[in-house]
Amino acid sequence: MQLPTMHTILLAGLIGLAPVGAAQGYEAYISNEKDNTVSVIDLDTLEVVRTYPVGQRPRGITMTKDGKYVLLCASDDDTVQVIDAKTDKIVKTLPSGPDPELFVLHPSGNPLYIANEDDNLVTVVDIENDKVLAEIPVGVEPEGMGISPDGSVMVNTSETTNMAHFVDTKSNQIVANVLVDSRPRFAEFTSDGSQLWVTSEIGGTVAVIDPSKHEIIKKIGFEVPGVQPEALQPVGVRVTRDGQYAFVALGPANRVAVINAKTLEVEQYLLVGQRVWQLAFTPDEKYLISTNGNSNDVSIIDVASQEVIKSIQVGRLPWGVTVSPN
Amino acid sequence: MLNRLFLSGAFFGALFFVSLAVPSERRAQAQTPPPDAAQIQIAYVNAAQERPLPISRLNIVPGDAGLRGAELAVSDNNTTGRFTKQHFTLKQYELPKAGDAGPLIERILQDGIGLILVSANAETLLALSNAAQGKPVLLFNLDAEENSLRQEDCRANIVHITPSQAMLTDALTQFLVLKQWTRWFLVTGANQTDKTYSEAIRKSAQKFGAQIVEEKLYAHTDAAARTDSGHAQVQKQMASFTQISADYDIIVVADESEIFGPYMAYRSWSPRPVAGTSGAAAMSWHPAHEQWGATQMQNRFFELAGRVMQPLDFHGWLAARAIGEAATRSASGDFAAIRDYLLGPDFGVAAFKGQKVSFRPWNQQMRQPIAIATTEMPISWSPQPGFLHQRAEVDTLGIDEPESKCELR
Repeated sequence: MQLPTMHTILLAGLIGLAPVGAAQGYEAYISNEKDNTVSVIDLDTLEVVRTYPVGQRPRGITMTKDGKYVLLCASDDDTVQVIDAKTDKIVKTLPSGPDPELFVLHPSGNPLYIANEDDNLVTVVDIENDKVLAEIPVGVEPEGMGISPDGSVMVNTSETTNMAHFVDTKSNQIVANVLVDSRPRFAEFTSDGSQLWVTSEIGGTVAVIDPSKHEIIKKIGFEVPGVQPEALQPVGVRVTRDGQYAFVALGPANRVAVINAKTLEVEQYLLVGQRVWQLAFTPDEKYLISTNGNSNDVSIIDVASQEVIKSIQVGRLPWGVTVSPN
Repeated sequence: MLNRLFLSGAFFGALFFVSLAVPSERRAQAQTPPPDAAQIQIAYVNAAQERPLPISRLNIVPGDAGLRGAELAVSDNNTTGRFTKQHFTLKQYELPKAGDAGPLIERILQDGIGLILVSANAETLLALSNAAQGKPVLLFNLDAEENSLRQEDCRANIVHITPSQAMLTDALTQFLVLKQWTRWFLVTGANQTDKTYSEAIRKSAQKFGAQIVEEKLYAHTDAAARTDSGHAQVQKQMASFTQISADYDIIVVADESEIFGPYMAYRSWSPRPVAGTSGAAAMSWHPAHEQWGATQMQNRFFELAGRVMQPLDFHGWLAARAIGEAATRSASGDFAAIRDYLLGPDFGVAAFKGQKVSFRPWNQQMRQPIAIATTEMPISWSPQPGFLHQRAEVDTLGIDEPESKCELR
C-alpha cells in the first residue's frame, strides 16, 4: 500500500478531485489485455500513476488479502503472475494450467481457484507453496469464478455448457449444477451468502440463484431504448455489501445497469465507456470502477449518487480491475 | 466459399502442436456417460462432391471437413451431458455420387436416427429431403449456399446452417459500402456457380448502394494450376485483362471454382484491392478468428483434428451443438422435442460470433454475423454499423421476411 503524500492530499484538496473523506490511499490495478501492461490508478487523485509490463494477454486480476501482491492471469503465457504491489515487480509465477482467464481467492487468502478455459477444468493452487492441489473437471469453457463468503462453496460457470457448477471446497467435488442462459461469464455471491448472481453474456440475462436450494430466484433482463437487444451483454457484476444495489456491466451496450438488489428490478443505466467489461468497488464502496475495453479507459462511478464522475485513459483494451484492500 | 478454404495451418500448425496441452485422456475420462443417460444419436451424411482443384493448394478442402467439427460438438455436448444425463453419438454415412437418397434415409431411420447433418450439394440435399417427406427427419444443410434453397425450393425438413449466398454477398457489400469503395469492376467467371454469385452480388450492390462501373467475363472455364514459370504469363494476362478505361475503387471477382480469382490481386493494371470470391471475402468462419472466445474453439478443434478449422467444420460443429443446446434446454432426448425447441421462439446458441445465433422462422436459415477476411485473417464482421433493421441488425444480411418466397412444407 502506498500512503498518500502530503503533496497529493493537498493537491487533491485544492483541485477538488477527491472529495473530503475519500483519501484512503487506495490503488486500482487495471489489466490492459492488448498492451500486456497493468495501469495503476491512484484513487485519491483519480490519475494513472504507474504503468508496468506484465505477461501476455493479461485478463483476470485480483489482490492477495493482505494487499501485498497483485495476482494476474497472463492468459497467453499460461501462467498466473504474482506481482509485488510496492515494487511492481513480478516475483513469481503460479502453476495455473493452460489459458487462465478468471480466478477467485478463498476468503482465508489461500488457495486460488483458476478457470482453465481450454481444458474444461478448474485448477486449485496453493499460492504459498506454488502447488496444484486439485483439478476439478467442469463444463466446456470454464470462465466465471465465485466463492461463498464462508469459503465452503466455490462456483464456476462454463460458457458453452451454460451452467453454474457448485463445488464443495472440502472435497473439491461438484455438488450441483444450475442451467443458466447462454455464455455465463461471471459469478458473484452476495456478502451474506444468500444469493449468487450469474451473468449470461449471449443470453442477455442475469440469474439470481439461491445457493442453498440451487434454484434460480429470478432472471433479470435488460432494455435500453435505442440499443439493439443483442448488444445488451451482461459480463461483470458486483453487489454492495449491504445487499442494496447490484451493478452489472453490459458489454457493447456501453452501460452499467443499476439493479435494486432487494426487488431485483433494474432502476437505471449509467453510460460508461465502450464495451464495458469488469467492475470493482473500492473497499469503502465509495467508488465503482468499470473497465471499458474499446474506448481504452475506465469509468469511475460514485456509488452513493449513482453517477459517473470521471473517465480515465489507461492502456489498450482494459479488461480486469482490482483495488488494494488498504 | 468452399474453394477458398485454408490448409496452411495444417502445415505450420504442426510446429506448435506440441506446445498445446493435450488433456485428451482426461477429457475422455470426463466423458464417460452416466449409466442412466438418455441417448441422442446424430447422423452425418457425406455425399461425394466434385470440387475443382483450386489454384492454391492452401485452398484444398480436407476430406474430413465438416465431420471433424461435428465430432467436436458431440464431445462438447457430452461434457455437458455428464451433468444433464444425456449422451450424444455421431454415426457417419457415405452417399456415393450415383447413390440413392431413398435407401439411405431408410437405413438411417432404421438405425433410429432422425437428426441428420448433410454435407452435399443442393441437388442431393433436395433428393434427401424428398426421400424424408412425412418421416421424423430434420436435415441440417452444412454446405449448399444456393439462395433458391431458402426461397422457392425451401423445405420444412431442412434447416440451413451454412449462410446463403445472399448473406455472404450482403455482408461483403455492407463492408465495401462502409469503406466507400462503391465503384466496382466486376469480373465474372464462365461457370454456372460464378454466374449465380455474380447475380447475388449485383443484388447486394443494388440493395446497399454500390455501382458496377464496368463488367467483364473471364471466359476460360478451366485452367491447370501448375505450370512451370507460368507466373510470367499470368502477370501479363491479368494486367492486360484489367486495363479498362473506367475508374473504379475495387475489383470484385465472381469465381467460385477458382479459375482466375486468386490471380487478380497485385497483378491488376491499376493498384486496386480485390474482393468477392478472392481477396476480401465473406465467410462464416475463419481459421484465424479469435474473438468472442473463439480461441478456445480453435484450440479444441486443432487438438481433435490436427489441422485448422474450416468454415465447413464450423457448420458441422454448429449443427451438432445446436442439437445439444436444444436437448439441454428441452431436457429431452426425443426427436420431436429437440426439433420443436430448435425451431421454436426460445432457441438461441452461442457460436463465438459475439451474439447468439438462431433460425429465421420464414425459411429456417440460421441468422449469424459473417466474417470479411483475407486468407490470412478476418478484417471485419458484418452486419456493419449503421445498417439498421427494425428487429435485429443481423437480419440485414440475406433474405428478409418481406422478400421471402419460401412456403415451408
